[in-house]
Amino acid sequence: MKYLDEYRDDRVARSLLERIRAVTTGSWTIMEVCGGQTHTLIRQGIDQVLPAGIELVHGPGCPVCVTPVALIDEAISIAKRPDAIVCSFGDMLRVPGSSEDLFMARAAGGDVRVVYSPLDALEVARRNPDRTVVFFAVGFETTAPANAMAVRQAHRLGIENFALLVAHVLVPPAITAILVSPGNRVQGFLAPGHVCAIQGWREYEPIARDFHVPLVVTGFEPLDLLEGILMLVQQLEEGRTDVENQYVRAVVRDGNTAAQQVVQEVFETADRAWRGIGVIESSGLRLRPAYAHHDAEVLFPREDGPPASESEVCIAGQVLRGLAKPHHCPAFGTECTPEHPLGAPMVSTEGACAAYFLAGRVRQEAPA
Amino acid sequence: MCLGVPGKVIEIFDRDGIRMGTVDFGGIRRDACLEYAPEVEVGHFVVIHVGFAISVVDEAEAARSYALLAEMDNLENIDLPQDPDGVRPEAIG
Repeated sequence: MKYLDEYRDDRVARSLLERIRAVTTGSWTIMEVCGGQTHTLIRQGIDQVLPAGIELVHGPGCPVCVTPVALIDEAISIAKRPDAIVCSFGDMLRVPGSSEDLFMARAAGGDVRVVYSPLDALEVARRNPDRTVVFFAVGFETTAPANAMAVRQAHRLGIENFALLVAHVLVPPAITAILVSPGNRVQGFLAPGHVCAIQGWREYEPIARDFHVPLVVTGFEPLDLLEGILMLVQQLEEGRTDVENQYVRAVVRDGNTAAQQVVQEVFETADRAWRGIGVIESSGLRLRPAYAHHDAEVLFPREDGPPASESEVCIAGQVLRGLAKPHHCPAFGTECTPEHPLGAPMVSTEGACAAYFLAGRVRQEAPA
Repeated sequence: MCLGVPGKVIEIFDRDGIRMGTVDFGGIRRDACLEYAPEVEVGHFVVIHVGFAISVVDEAEAARSYALLAEMDNLENIDLPQDPDGVRPEAIG
């Protein structure tokens, strides 16, 4: 396929790798923020053929992984209501809540449907006017415009039985939270290409300036990632801290202004809890009051139940903050597998633990 | 979740008052919302995420940057170390 196959060319990849080796003299710790990038890097073994001085750590850019347990419990509770249908991307179904997941809710008779697009969920609502259709709106800036459009269309077409359970999070506050954390080792970032396709990279310029870290907006194919790493290492070696764009075929500095306008119309910034990380100020989105009648948290107030709980063995929080690698977890590949996950990063197609497991990585002791 | 796949717009139409299109992904065709790609025309490539065009591929920029990448390809026959045990090999040179 055009714009995919040529970015997987083995000869160009080897040449890029050779250039990375040629420019690397120091030791550099680099974070790729997006889980899609993590999967390509691990599946292709790119982390294993980089110069020994370059360490890749994996970031929190897996929306499914950072969605709080309490919200998953809420989705499960809504799915069990006979007057509701929960629609979701497939990734969410196996993510463990406090005691069960959405798959189990479906097996117990709940109406849970996997959709490809939020507009498909809107269509489910149109065909089931006597039930409330709740779309589990999980995602980063990339997905917010799609969910905003679904709500705006529901509003415009008078489809009153459509609601969002919003779990939207934003990348720049998460990068800042990583940089200010006491154990931080990250010296440069591969910024997520599709988040920047929407938002552009203006928001990353103050981060580069204030924290003296370079960032390179990077695509998702092997050659994109190798070129992004090369550009980042060149900056690190030269002592530069700029925001550069590797993903020129899809990203411009101002981003997609048409999408930004609709997101602004429908959503407002809010504090958000990140699973495994905690609450980060102004790090997410919620529906504006004008759209409250499409807000599942307003329509179905949370019931008082036992507090949300997590596995005691799972180290997903450390993995998501780049403080530990997936295969350093005592449960990796034994108690915790994609079939029986203890934590969300083992479930998702963007989770770092699933990436390591699917690439056949084996458990290792964490370095002292 | 931020997966985006490039495809070619082969038809543009209106559905319920929003701009939609049929997009071809190497032979597989799906409808997608084009509201966020107001400038797109039939024949353009777009990046599709959850049924929405989030970006129009800049074909001139893509061709230019890829030519630069491919020009670097002047180092053939590089032996990459094999690492069946998942141990990071030392850098060559």
